[in-house]
Amino acid sequence: MSTPRLKIENLFCERDDRILFDQLSFDVNEGEVVQIEGQNGSGKTTLLRILSGLSRHYEGDIYWQDVPIHSCAEAFRESLLYFGHQPGVKAVLTPEENLRWFAAMHPTIDLSKLDYALAKVGLTGYEDVPCHTLSAGQNRRVSLARLYMSNAPLWILDEPFTAIDKKGVAQNEALIAEHAEQGGTVLLTTHHELAMGDLIRRVNLDQLAGTS
Amino acid sequence: MTNHPAEKIAVRDLKVDGPFWGALKRDLLLSYRRKSDLINPLIFFLMVATLFPLGVSPDSVFLAEVAPGVVWVAALLATLLSMDSLFRSDFEDGTLEQLLLSPQPLFMVVLAKVLAHWMLTGLPLTLMAPLLGVMLFLPADGMSGLVLSLLLGTPTLSLVGAIGAALTVGLRKGGVLISLLVLPLYIPVLIFGTASIQAALTGLPVGGYMAILGAMLALGLIMAPLAISAALRISVSG
Repeated sequence: MSTPRLKIENLFCERDDRILFDQLSFDVNEGEVVQIEGQNGSGKTTLLRILSGLSRHYEGDIYWQDVPIHSCAEAFRESLLYFGHQPGVKAVLTPEENLRWFAAMHPTIDLSKLDYALAKVGLTGYEDVPCHTLSAGQNRRVSLARLYMSNAPLWILDEPFTAIDKKGVAQNEALIAEHAEQGGTVLLTTHHELAMGDLIRRVNLDQLAGTS
Repeated sequence: MTNHPAEKIAVRDLKVDGPFWGALKRDLLLSYRRKSDLINPLIFFLMVATLFPLGVSPDSVFLAEVAPGVVWVAALLATLLSMDSLFRSDFEDGTLEQLLLSPQPLFMVVLAKVLAHWMLTGLPLTLMAPLLGVMLFLPADGMSGLVLSLLLGTPTLSLVGAIGAALTVGLRKGGVLISLLVLPLYIPVLIFGTASIQAALTGLPVGGYMAILGAMLALGLIMAPLAISAALRISVSG
C-alpha cells in the first residue's frame, strides 16, 4: 500500500482533568472499516470529532494523505462525510428539503440520487412531510440517506445505528462494506455487533487509554 | 403506482443551490414555517411605541422630541432580542456541525444567514418605523431620515449581534452574555442613527451621518463574517 489515508500520531486528549487517550497512534488505509470501541465515556465521540476537524482540543498530529489536517482543511472537508450524534436534520423541513440543503453545503453529495436514497432508507412517500412528524429512527434515516448520495471517500459515523431497526442496520452494514470494497474508508462507533468479519479493524480506546 | 416515482423524478428540479443561495433559502423557509419567531420582535417594537406615551407623557411636543431616540432604541433592542436564536437551533440539532464541515466558504454561508436574519427582523422593523414615527408625533421632515438611517443601521446591528450569538451559542445560557458583549458595539450605530434624524428635523444635511452609517455597514460586511466564522468554530469545538 502507498501512504495511509488517515494517519494518527501520538494523539493526546484531556477532558475535565481526565486523560481520554494518550499516545494514540494508528493508520487507516483505503478500503478499511475501523470500529472505535470503548465503554461509555471513553472518548469515542471526542475522537471522531477530533478526526473530523470539529474539535481542536488535542495534542498530536493527524495527517490526511500525508498532509497535516489543518493545512489541507478544505480538501479534507471535501473528502469527508460526517454523521454526528445529532443527525443534523431540521425538524420543520421535509426530508427532501433537508437533503437539498446538505447537497448545497457538500458538493460531494449527488442530488440526482435523491429518490434512490430516500427509497433505500425507506422514506419514499415521506418526501414532503415535515421531519418533526417522523419518528426518531426515521429522522436518523434522513441523515443516513446522505450515505447513498455521497461520493466522499472518508466516512466518519458516530453511532449510525442508534434507533435504526434490524433491517435498516443490516442494510447500512452492507452499504458500509460496499463503500470499503470500492476503496472508501469508514471510521465508526457502534455498540452493535457488526457482522463484517475480516473487513473490520477494531481500535479499543479502553486499552489504549488505560481506563479498562 | 409503479411508475409514480419515475414521474416524480421527471418533474422534480434537481438543481443544486450554491452555498449562499442555499443557506439563504433555507433560513427564510425555516422562519416561514415558524412564524411566531418572526412576529416576536415586531410586537416588541410596536409595544414600546404604544406604551411609551402612556408611561411618560402623551404631550405631542415632548413625544416629537424623543421620538427618534425611542424608535431607534426599540429597534435596537428588538434586534438584540432576536439575536440569541440565530445559531441556537442549528447548534442543537447538529446542522451547525454539518455547516462547519462543509467545504463551501463559511464566509458566504454566514453572510447568507445574517442576511436572512436581517430580512426577517431589520427590514420589517425599518418598514414599520414610519408607523411608530406617526404614533410618536415625529414631524414629517424626519421620516426619510428615520427610514434611511434604520435601513443602513439595522444590517450592522444584525452583523455585530451575530458575532455575539456565535460566541455564546455553545453556552447553555447565552442570552445575557450576548447583550453584554454586543451592546457596547451597538452604541455608535445608535448615536449616528438618532443624530441623523435630529439633523433631518432641524433641516441640516444628513449626508454625513448616512455616510458614517454606511461606512460602519461596509466594515461590518467585510469583517463580521470572518469573526462570526471563527467564533462558530470555537463554540462548536468546545
